[in-house]
Amino acid sequence: MSFATKASAILWKDVLSELRAREIVTSVLVFGLLVLVVFNFAFDPGSGTMAIVGAGILWVAFTFAGVLSLNRSFAMEKENSCIDGLMLCPVDRQVLYWGKLAGCFTFMFLVEIIITPVFLVLFNQSLWMPRLGLVVLLATVGFAAVGTLFSALAANTKARDIMLPILFLPMIVPVIIAAVEATGIVLDGGTWSDMATWLWIILAFDVIFLAVSALVFEFVLEE
Amino acid sequence: MAQMEDIGMARRGGFWDYLVLGASFILMIAALGLVFLYVPTEETMGVVQRIFYFHVPLAWIGFLAFFVVFLGSVAYLWKRNIAWDNIARSSAEVGIVCITLVLITGPIWAKPVWGAWWTWDARLTASVVLWLTYIAYILVRSLTLEESRGARFASVLGIVGFINVPIVFLAVHLWRTQHPTTLVLKGDLPPTMLSALLVSIAAFTLLYVALLMRSVSLRKLEFEIKRLKELVSD
Amino acid sequence: MEQENPSSWAIRCEGLKKSFGEQHALRGVDLTVARGECLAVFGPNGAGKTTLIKVLCTMSRPSGGGAWIDGLDIRKAPNEIRRKLGVVSHATFLYGNLTPAENLRFYGKMYDVPNLENRIEEVLDQVHLRSRIHDRVSTLSRGMQQRVAIARSIIHNPSIMLMDEPETGLDPHATIMMRDILDSINSGDRTVVVTTHDLGRGLELGDRMAILHKGRVVFEAPKAEIDAGRIHELYDEHTRAVVR
Repeated sequence: MSFATKASAILWKDVLSELRAREIVTSVLVFGLLVLVVFNFAFDPGSGTMAIVGAGILWVAFTFAGVLSLNRSFAMEKENSCIDGLMLCPVDRQVLYWGKLAGCFTFMFLVEIIITPVFLVLFNQSLWMPRLGLVVLLATVGFAAVGTLFSALAANTKARDIMLPILFLPMIVPVIIAAVEATGIVLDGGTWSDMATWLWIILAFDVIFLAVSALVFEFVLEE
Repeated sequence: MAQMEDIGMARRGGFWDYLVLGASFILMIAALGLVFLYVPTEETMGVVQRIFYFHVPLAWIGFLAFFVVFLGSVAYLWKRNIAWDNIARSSAEVGIVCITLVLITGPIWAKPVWGAWWTWDARLTASVVLWLTYIAYILVRSLTLEESRGARFASVLGIVGFINVPIVFLAVHLWRTQHPTTLVLKGDLPPTMLSALLVSIAAFTLLYVALLMRSVSLRKLEFEIKRLKELVSD
Repeated sequence: MEQENPSSWAIRCEGLKKSFGEQHALRGVDLTVARGECLAVFGPNGAGKTTLIKVLCTMSRPSGGGAWIDGLDIRKAPNEIRRKLGVVSHATFLYGNLTPAENLRFYGKMYDVPNLENRIEEVLDQVHLRSRIHDRVSTLSRGMQQRVAIARSIIHNPSIMLMDEPETGLDPHATIMMRDILDSINSGDRTVVVTTHDLGRGLELGDRMAILHKGRVVFEAPKAEIDAGRIHELYDEHTRAVVR
């Protein structure tokens, strides 16, 4: 069976597990929505500053929710030492990376797909925003690329829940900057060319960190 | 216990150690002299501008040290010789002190000159991210149960973190051009200032090397002590 | 009489070492296990039994020395080795939210098991688990979970089994069931290494015994040469001595 089949077996396993437990989608989703609401009160975006402040609020919500769902990804593997079970399988460590990455991405994106329309409604924006969808998609790939690596790492430390944000957040600063800018432009009604630079930055980040994380992943797993 | 294969960092009290320490001392005295006695006071910013001659070298060292962390991390993951991890770790110790000083001296300089403690420009933001990365590098090691695993995790951080810094710099730089501020360092440096700066940079670089060598040889000694303890207690 | 031909050994260790920082779990283990043989490994807590299993199953990298499984170096050919290994340990390696069938299906795919659905039924039969296979693993008793874990470990029909105290933590009824299952796994030409606290049980299962103490093999002999009545004295004798 090929690389892709095994990686998708891992993805499917995560999806199935989540369908049964419904942990990520419920708790992470609720948390994300709460952040959205609370930060709205904290920043109270008036109509003038709406675009950029609103964009910031959205990405804060995504970042916090993202950290939670990443935590869950490898915490699940720690129970019953499933991660050891995976490592016993005759598969390249890369397969494990891409499989878990697919799972992390899927859950983060799912939560974001639900939070975004809520955000747009709360901030009185149009609901049809494909460009926003693209920004969210690309940025989430970056989050997941680095997040999967650090989730595996943090899961093997003490204080694993706090370790992940400490490790992860400095690394995704470029993505957050670019995503917030791009989102602000979209909400302001800017053009594709206005957004282009930011999208390129996110894309470059994605490519670089997918490559680096995939290469370094095996060092995190081994004992 | 894993052998720490010697990769030739000079030992404490050896010839190179004293040479580097001595040279660094001399250069530092020279730098202090130049900075406080020789260089004229800058007209717009006043006396506080002299912090610049320390702030810049410290920033340079902070980033150089992380480059060394990166190299050490790659070498460690590749060769599994703990001596490389030692170098990375020691470099991180010096580096974080430097960046902390950068983050302290920066605002001290900025406030009287620009009227603001802080600005999110590319250099300062990259420094903050670097500082956070250093913290993570050190923390991950202490929070991992087993030493060689901690070394591996820290190495991963060293590699990913190092690649991240230029990207942060680029992103913030672009961000800043969208939201320009007036807080820009302008102009060429007159020769007196340039020479003072260069001497200062040289002095700090040598100091970094001296501290690095000392820290590495100290770790080597600790390692050796542990090894001997085990042989005896066996 | 040691045979020098490496391919006659299923497992061979030479001076195998593993340290965790300052803690030395294995200090030079020399061991050979012939094909089809069952080796029972005894030893007090902290002797290094679990670590030995972990290094042999490629979970842990050795710090020194060498080990070969079916002639393959564990440092150089880990994936080929993993294909031949079935591992049973304290942890079950099972996903709590999935059913036994789903767990087996997942691992079956990861091991490239042909004819997977039939094979799943086969192994579940072998561990006497026909009911409750569509319930989540987290709802099963420890004994049942352990049985599913064993099914998982043999799904790819490995030629070598490594078992780390497989009967620990089970109630008497489950223990009896486990014995039957282990006996059936042990038969045939599988090579088995099993670590255990239970000296009597180890003697039943194994063709050869070894005692591990402070990271080294301090005693090794075929079952025929051991007086079953004296096994406890033998054990005490070898685990009291200070190892140099």
